[in-house]
Amino acid sequence: MASNPAPDDSRFGLGRQVRLTGPLRLDCGVAFGPVDIAYETYGALNADRSNVILICHALTGDQYLASENPMTKKPGWWWRMVGQGKPVDPDRHFIVCANILGGCMGSSGPASIDPAMGAPWGMRFPVITIADMVRAQALLLDHLGVDRIRAVIGGSMGGMQALTWPTLFPDRVESAIVIASTARHSAQNIAFHEVGRQAIMADPRWRGGDYYADGDVPSSGLAVARMAAHITYLSEAGLTEKFGRRLQGRDAKTFGFDADFQVESYLRHQGLSFVERFDANSYLYITRAMDYYDLAEDHGGSLAGAFARTRARFCVVSFDTDWLYPTTESRVIVHALNAGGAEASFVELSSPFGHDAFLLEAPELNRVVDGFLRAGER
Amino acid sequence: MTDEAMRPDLALIARMVRQGSRVLDVGCGDGALMAALRDARQVDARGLEIDPANVASAVGRGLSVVQGDADTDLAYYPDGSFDYAILSQTLQTTRRPDLVVEELLRIGSQAFVSFPNFAHWRGRMSLLWGGRMPVTRLLPDTWYDTLNIHHVTVDDFRALVKDRGWSIDGQWFLKGDKETTHANANLFAEHAVFLLRR
Repeated sequence: MASNPAPDDSRFGLGRQVRLTGPLRLDCGVAFGPVDIAYETYGALNADRSNVILICHALTGDQYLASENPMTKKPGWWWRMVGQGKPVDPDRHFIVCANILGGCMGSSGPASIDPAMGAPWGMRFPVITIADMVRAQALLLDHLGVDRIRAVIGGSMGGMQALTWPTLFPDRVESAIVIASTARHSAQNIAFHEVGRQAIMADPRWRGGDYYADGDVPSSGLAVARMAAHITYLSEAGLTEKFGRRLQGRDAKTFGFDADFQVESYLRHQGLSFVERFDANSYLYITRAMDYYDLAEDHGGSLAGAFARTRARFCVVSFDTDWLYPTTESRVIVHALNAGGAEASFVELSSPFGHDAFLLEAPELNRVVDGFLRAGER
Repeated sequence: MTDEAMRPDLALIARMVRQGSRVLDVGCGDGALMAALRDARQVDARGLEIDPANVASAVGRGLSVVQGDADTDLAYYPDGSFDYAILSQTLQTTRRPDLVVEELLRIGSQAFVSFPNFAHWRGRMSLLWGGRMPVTRLLPDTWYDTLNIHHVTVDDFRALVKDRGWSIDGQWFLKGDKETTHANANLFAEHAVFLLRR
């Protein structure tokens, strides 16, 4: 095995991007390559390369895990979990986070250039799956000289990747933390995504996905998709507490269709700020990948069968107000792990924040993740 | 954690569990027994616990604990997957104690079951002279807020064991934190620990 990488190794650090030859054998049958992957690493690989933590981001997340996002100028999306003195700690861990395959933050996706055509892929980009995203991450780890990962961690769609990792690469994963996630997308999940996709495709500026040349993007459709999705990330109680029926900057209803209510104004803001940083076609592809996700289906209908070859430890966490990926979905995972005799922990935490709870202030989540990781470092 | 600091019935069970065995602790609380078994006896311990704060504490100390309900979630564990299934001070809180013990004996080769003895003389006196449901050191809650929905005595439990045809591999009785005699255990034991097999 090669010696410990020097600190100035250009493969490591913030804002990295690499073009890997591949090809990736995608679930749809396409051999895809070259593969661009944008990623960040935090901390240093230890001498025996045993301190690697891979973090998988959610649908609209990115590689800016714990560094300032250059587009939004906000702190990284999981700064509460990752950082000095946090459960995932660059002083102890070598942390990798990559923009997913199909994303729009520097990894290969519909907005990136198809080398054969010299133009953006658009809807000619192959339809990808969660497993394809995981295979792309494995390709990146090969490039980084990393064989085994101590823990793969993800929430929501990141949780699907974390759950899939030990099933695809049982010898490479020591443990997985799966937060606010599921082993299969439910009919309700698919239904919400279809609303979002139809909103994008109904926008006349979508034009079959060929909107890159003039930059006139389907922002109205994408904003509506984001608004609908954003509701599913919150809880009824959370919305009531935050907005109630309060009016936005006015004393009385206007008897019109302006954003009278604070909640309307908030959603419109969420939609508008989202379109500045996200590609509509990427949104179509990634939601499709989530809809196709059914881990049991890939293993003859048996979820326990999916975990038959892995010896990884699992930690599954749900939130009581999450109705997008409710606790029942996590229990399905846990029951399958128990049936297979896997070392599994599961807890439903209480939070007013709904599905988004894993991204927000959740001290109990940090305590669970910290304890679980440290148990693997004994 | 040392034996002294642990609840007496747990300390007793901890002494009986074989080195390096596989244990499922049903109703494991914050994982005190599991941690002791792991650290002192290299036991591969898994837990099931209903209270989320307890589960978070147990996972936080590096234990594998699943949040769930003994009445409904034991069905997902395969036959004979553990050397021991342990149910300590939880039997009397389940909806169907008989079915729970049945599950323990399906999952584990042997099962430890511990419970407070409702026929201890203090409780009897309380009922006989006071005419009120006993509130004692071991059973500190009033009838309306106790989690103990199936009060059980040593003799009741022995009758259940006999009725189901289970065998008793061991039985221990506690008064305070001291072991006490088998004679008249139904009257003098505050606590009973049984080791069963199917």
